[in-house]
Amino acid sequence: MIFEDEPVPGYPLPIRPGHTSPGRFERVLRAGQFAVTTELDPPDSADPEEVYRRAHVFDGFVDAINATDGSGANCHMSSMAVCALLTRVGYAPVMQISCRDKNRIAIQGDILGGAAMGVCNLLCLTGDGVQAGDHPQALPVFDLDCMTLLETARVLRDEHRFLSGRKITSAPRVLLGAAENPFAKPIEWRAQRLAKKVAAGAQFIQTQWCYDVPLLRSFMAQVEE
Amino acid sequence: MYALRNWSVRHARGMNAFYRGFEAVLVALHPLWKLIGYRRLERPVAAIERGVKGLLFDCRMCGQCILSSTGMSCPMNCPKNLRNGPCGGVRSNGHCEVRPEMKCVWVQAVAGAARIPGGRDALESVQVAIDRRLQGKSSWLRVVRQRVGEST
Repeated sequence: MIFEDEPVPGYPLPIRPGHTSPGRFERVLRAGQFAVTTELDPPDSADPEEVYRRAHVFDGFVDAINATDGSGANCHMSSMAVCALLTRVGYAPVMQISCRDKNRIAIQGDILGGAAMGVCNLLCLTGDGVQAGDHPQALPVFDLDCMTLLETARVLRDEHRFLSGRKITSAPRVLLGAAENPFAKPIEWRAQRLAKKVAAGAQFIQTQWCYDVPLLRSFMAQVEE
Repeated sequence: MYALRNWSVRHARGMNAFYRGFEAVLVALHPLWKLIGYRRLERPVAAIERGVKGLLFDCRMCGQCILSSTGMSCPMNCPKNLRNGPCGGVRSNGHCEVRPEMKCVWVQAVAGAARIPGGRDALESVQVAIDRRLQGKSSWLRVVRQRVGEST
């Protein structure tokens, strides 16, 4: 999709009425168009070129690039840093935030910082357990869960304050997303859980890979209900 | 104890009904608790609460109990401390991805909630971020003081 007021793809756009972010991703979704995102596998490296090389592959094909936050509980370049590098050259990232490694103090700071660097989309995740990754001896934090993380981001954005109540002078203008796995138990409650995430502030949803189409269909039917 | 915890979820309806009565008694006795002093009561009551709920629910004494909203399955037994629903990693047999020998506390919660009148609706309410300062404190006394409108 092409926007007339977007000089460079991924560049922050004027916020349209009813929108919450200056990003193209929100515009594409609200226009009811098919939005394409991809996940950037963050490098095990301190070289920014490795990030750019991986992002470059998707030039012209995607509306946003997800920057994962220690996916699978494995250590990589941080989501925040990947986003900083991407926004610097005009890519539109989805900054993933997991509750596994950071408490609410660090997370709120990252949301402000990310937004300050031009991040327009946040994906609020619980995160994989540390046992899944390459540092199983690490401390799992889980101070917040995905639901309270959404709520926290929403409070920062809409109420212009931290969870403590302290005011912030300029709110992060972001689109809030959440994940859902329609294929994990309790399957009959997955759609309700999604509704709960929407109630907590989720504006877009990203799922895992979907191979089981009949199950996905029944999930979507429940979502529509 | 794991077996008893599962038993409690299977008997969520009775557990919830008993707790409702128990809570009403606790609230009615507020003048007595006030006479003795809530601060003085905190340690012994917390000890009893830890013993009883520890046995029945593997209670972790988070101090802000939501068992009635989670089908009598204590969410603090989730290795990710999830108080708002299951993560996406639940195994196909309904067990926890972090501790494969344990049933997912949220698979249990959904089953337990179905046994409590209005239990499924209670699952829908978004639980606010946990207050870590209340760890180890009595949830019972806190509830009584909230019910009678006293600050805790």
